[in-house]
Amino acid sequence: MARPHGMVIIGGGIAASRAANALRDGGWNGPITLVSDEKHVPYDRPPLSKSFVTDAPAPAPYLTDIAALAAIDVNFINANAATRIDPKAWTVWLSDGQSLPYEKLLIATGAQPRRLTLPGSESARVHYLRTIEDSLAISGQLKAGAHMIVIGGGFIGLEIACSARNLGARVTVIEGLPRILSRGVPHEIAEVVASRHRQEGVALHCNAKITHLVESDDAISVMLADGQTITGDLVVAGIGAQPATDLASNAGLAIENGIRVDSYLQTSDPDIFAAGDCVSFPLAAYENTRVRLESWRNAQDQGVVAAANMLGKQQAYEAIPWFWSDQYDLSLQIVGLRGAQDRSIRRDLGNDAFILFHLDPAGRLSGASGIGVGNAVARDIRLTEMLIAKGAKPPEEVLADGKASLKALLRQPG
Amino acid sequence: MPWISACEADEIDAEDVMRFDHDGHTYALYRSPDDKYYATDGLCTHEQVHLCDGLVMDNIIECPKHNGRFDYTTGAPKGAPVCVALKTYNVKVEAGMVLIEIA
Repeated sequence: MARPHGMVIIGGGIAASRAANALRDGGWNGPITLVSDEKHVPYDRPPLSKSFVTDAPAPAPYLTDIAALAAIDVNFINANAATRIDPKAWTVWLSDGQSLPYEKLLIATGAQPRRLTLPGSESARVHYLRTIEDSLAISGQLKAGAHMIVIGGGFIGLEIACSARNLGARVTVIEGLPRILSRGVPHEIAEVVASRHRQEGVALHCNAKITHLVESDDAISVMLADGQTITGDLVVAGIGAQPATDLASNAGLAIENGIRVDSYLQTSDPDIFAAGDCVSFPLAAYENTRVRLESWRNAQDQGVVAAANMLGKQQAYEAIPWFWSDQYDLSLQIVGLRGAQDRSIRRDLGNDAFILFHLDPAGRLSGASGIGVGNAVARDIRLTEMLIAKGAKPPEEVLADGKASLKALLRQPG
Repeated sequence: MPWISACEADEIDAEDVMRFDHDGHTYALYRSPDDKYYATDGLCTHEQVHLCDGLVMDNIIECPKHNGRFDYTTGAPKGAPVCVALKTYNVKVEAGMVLIEIA
């Protein structure tokens, strides 16, 4: 059959949104169709656990609007899920039965919250956080004096805990592991976050095993294996996310902890690209270690690079992982990857802000994690990212000295 | 247009940025690698983040949160997610002091 003409993007987040713009900016004059299963234009998700909750009612964090999409001639189809891709016919089918032919396709379907499988967890008082509607459902119940129980001491759970405290709700966080943020940050930084939450009145229960949940007329109880019962008005579960890969796997695309793409964000089908939380890709700076990232900047940048490659520009995605989380007036930033064998060097920046640099056994800078008030660690973390990209082996005494310039290190030859 | 004394010239390192607040408004003052001084609004046009925590490289300031970039000598945006220019202000150095012309 004749190859169709046109670009199709599936997704409703920042990767999809940036890709649509990047296709136009990259000189594509043909049709662009953007398909989202949500009723909204593409929106930013980071505020959904933060300002969109604390400032409710707040404007939705839309990345664009209908007029702006029309201005760049993007055919936007909302509230209509892509249900099937036929790569041999270059066609996507939607839930309303219509079919969209494509020349190149971008899958930017993101990730879905992992759901609790405990007895009682199907209660309507159990919430997850992914969409605008999820966020509104939570904020609608966060009146002063309400008790929110967070299951999972990861970033989403702790951010929503912080927002709930800001609204005057009582908050209990239940974590199954010995400490919060075990996957995300080193122990020293998790300790700063934990003590801040305690100081703000959050009850933190680590090492807690949940056996089941019990809903009553006006409350929900979380039952712990040690016999404790924690009763509240709502439960928010932040226990990780799973890449949305069904569409891709049903189309026969290779899956490996997400949709498998190469460094050009091309899937196992040459006409299908994928970007954002749904993909696993090789990290060039780390011997092509395959990773899947759940991060705003990764999604944004991959949307742009995927669009370039849909236009045949052969642009490799060569980023260093970077992530932030805001809780109270603290912001933490994480860059790079931390290997199991890495040593840590601490750099104090004043006002209790500090960074832990991670050096691999060969002395090469592999990553850093920092925390401080506001954006106190941002600049050094950004410089760390550039140093990692350069393969730098910085002297430990420079890293450890908060007054020594990382920019100077970056400009050293070699 | 009044000229306001903001700081001593050597309070800002070369190729760096400093925050300056005046009359309820926040500004960012820059010293370029070749020791020229510039000023812009202090908040990123994307999500109102203080630019003074960002990284200056050559004539570019980068937002510390979302990596939006501006040419601080002109205020021009240099790529997503920023698309609205930063307002710039006239700056002069007199008797070792940096002065900013508040519009």
